[in-house]
Amino acid sequence: MSKSTDVADFGSNRFTGALLSGFTYLLGFMFFFPILWMVLNAFKTEADANGDPVFFFEPTLDQFRLVTEDIPGRASFSAVYTNSFTIVVVSTVIVMILAVPAAFALSVRPIAKWRDVLFFFISTKFLPVVAGILPVYIIGRELDLLNTRWSLIIMYTALNLPLAVWMLRSFFQEVPTELIEAARIDGASLRSQLTSVVLPIVAPGLAATGLLCFIFAWNEFFLSLQLNTSDAQTASVWVTGFESQREDFIAKLSAASTLVVLPVVLAGWVAQKRMIRGLAMGAIK
Amino acid sequence: MQTVDPVSDEVSSNAPSETPSNVRSEAAKKIQKRDAWSRRIPLLPALIFLIAVTQIPFVLSIYYSLTEWTVNPPRPRTFEGVENYTFAFTDDFFRDAAWVTAKMTFWSVVLSVLFGLGMAMLLDRKFRGVGVVRTLVLTPFLVMPVVASLVWKTQMFDASFGMINWFTDQLGLEPYEFVSRRPLWSVIAVLVWQWTPFMMLILLAGLQSQSDSVLEAARVDGATKWGIFRQITLPHLRSYIELCALLGAIYLIQVFDHIVGLAGGVASTRNLPFFVYRTSIGGGWRFGEASAYSIIVVVITIIFATFGLRVLSGLLEGEDAA
Repeated sequence: MSKSTDVADFGSNRFTGALLSGFTYLLGFMFFFPILWMVLNAFKTEADANGDPVFFFEPTLDQFRLVTEDIPGRASFSAVYTNSFTIVVVSTVIVMILAVPAAFALSVRPIAKWRDVLFFFISTKFLPVVAGILPVYIIGRELDLLNTRWSLIIMYTALNLPLAVWMLRSFFQEVPTELIEAARIDGASLRSQLTSVVLPIVAPGLAATGLLCFIFAWNEFFLSLQLNTSDAQTASVWVTGFESQREDFIAKLSAASTLVVLPVVLAGWVAQKRMIRGLAMGAIK
Repeated sequence: MQTVDPVSDEVSSNAPSETPSNVRSEAAKKIQKRDAWSRRIPLLPALIFLIAVTQIPFVLSIYYSLTEWTVNPPRPRTFEGVENYTFAFTDDFFRDAAWVTAKMTFWSVVLSVLFGLGMAMLLDRKFRGVGVVRTLVLTPFLVMPVVASLVWKTQMFDASFGMINWFTDQLGLEPYEFVSRRPLWSVIAVLVWQWTPFMMLILLAGLQSQSDSVLEAARVDGATKWGIFRQITLPHLRSYIELCALLGAIYLIQVFDHIVGLAGGVASTRNLPFFVYRTSIGGGWRFGEASAYSIIVVVITIIFATFGLRVLSGLLEGEDAA
């Protein structure tokens, strides 16, 4: 079965190669299993999900129907999804609008102290979010931003901006300087250097960076819980509402969880190759 | 000598030799200054935004930390100097939280880097379905942390319905209440599950950037696999491992969702972020005290961050050399 003809590092003969491949399959399955189990539970009845594990069952969509129906007192699924998407997309767009020129000024046409500035950006990631929550909450209340989408849009932009600048800088670093120089000598303005020379080369990097910002913002829970529980509730807060002390909830929780992780998991699967490069950040070559 | 160089000619006509040298250098300075500003301007929006959103709260926190400010029961805010700080340093709960943070961050970073390295090496081979396995392994990183916590708590760790206990039951072992008996390690386990893929991705990129010719040459020279791994692969991976540890530490020092979602915030899992939260808006309502804690946390993190940034600057220097 195994076609391990080109084994790079170890397992030089076919047998150990096949063994290693088998072992890798097993590990991959184990890693994925909790997610698979969650998805399976989402298609069960509560009776099947709460009890000894049932591996074969008649799949039902009841749980999905239950979690997406409108119940007074609970934020509706469509409202929550709209909130999450709006907040995450808007903040990611703002991050990119701010980060692209900044990364440009730290790499292609660097300012004198680019290293200090880059460190400042990264150092803000070291500040624990929770340490700033109190003043953020108070400022948010003063400005009437609590329970609006804007509070989270601003905070997620700040959270993702350092990472985006850092990643984009390393992608810009890969643009050959001769190309930019040539465009400059031809009299291209700064803007047209950026849009016609640099951007096409770094486009895949932009996609990877945007995706990572999307993932972190979509999955964020703490700020969303503190700043935004009622009117502009997001998916991460909504899903915790299905844990219950009073009744069986595993199937419902699984259905809600499946719905909530779906966009990010799909996006991550599609863009994984780019993400690998983006995470290694080209900075270290 | 008499060759006419159009470029130099143009320059000399723009700057005639009669011009006093100080005027010329001032003009050059002006151009330089304008150039410096044109370089800075693209940076400013991002910089100003980040300073406003991160530094204003920080300065406010410093002010709050010097006040006695309890919201529940409500009392007027009074200025009291460093009292909150002297109290914080004698507070055993705070010390415990610092210790939990250290353990949680250290073990989750170390274990996920190790597992990530192993996984990356297994996936750095060519075999049928390698892409599928990589996709499967990647997925835990994409799952929302609160969802991961709830799913592990209710469907994996649970003593009656959990799959781990179902499995150990098949082997004839007693059921075990993982989360209530070993809350800290349960949290670490889920963190490692989520962060191993992240480390794997970075390290896989590192492995795949190795030059084939060097590896081939070593093989031709008769190097053993272990020798190649130790003397070529590991040194090559060093900067990738450092990057893993740094990024992992940045995110894992701030863990909050798993502590709430998985362990319900029981004492032995309370790290510094959770502790600060509980002292302030998470039920303590002692805002002055909580602000002092958060300032101390920031100072401690900055000390560690300086160390981390040195690692980073090592990475950047490598880039200059390249």
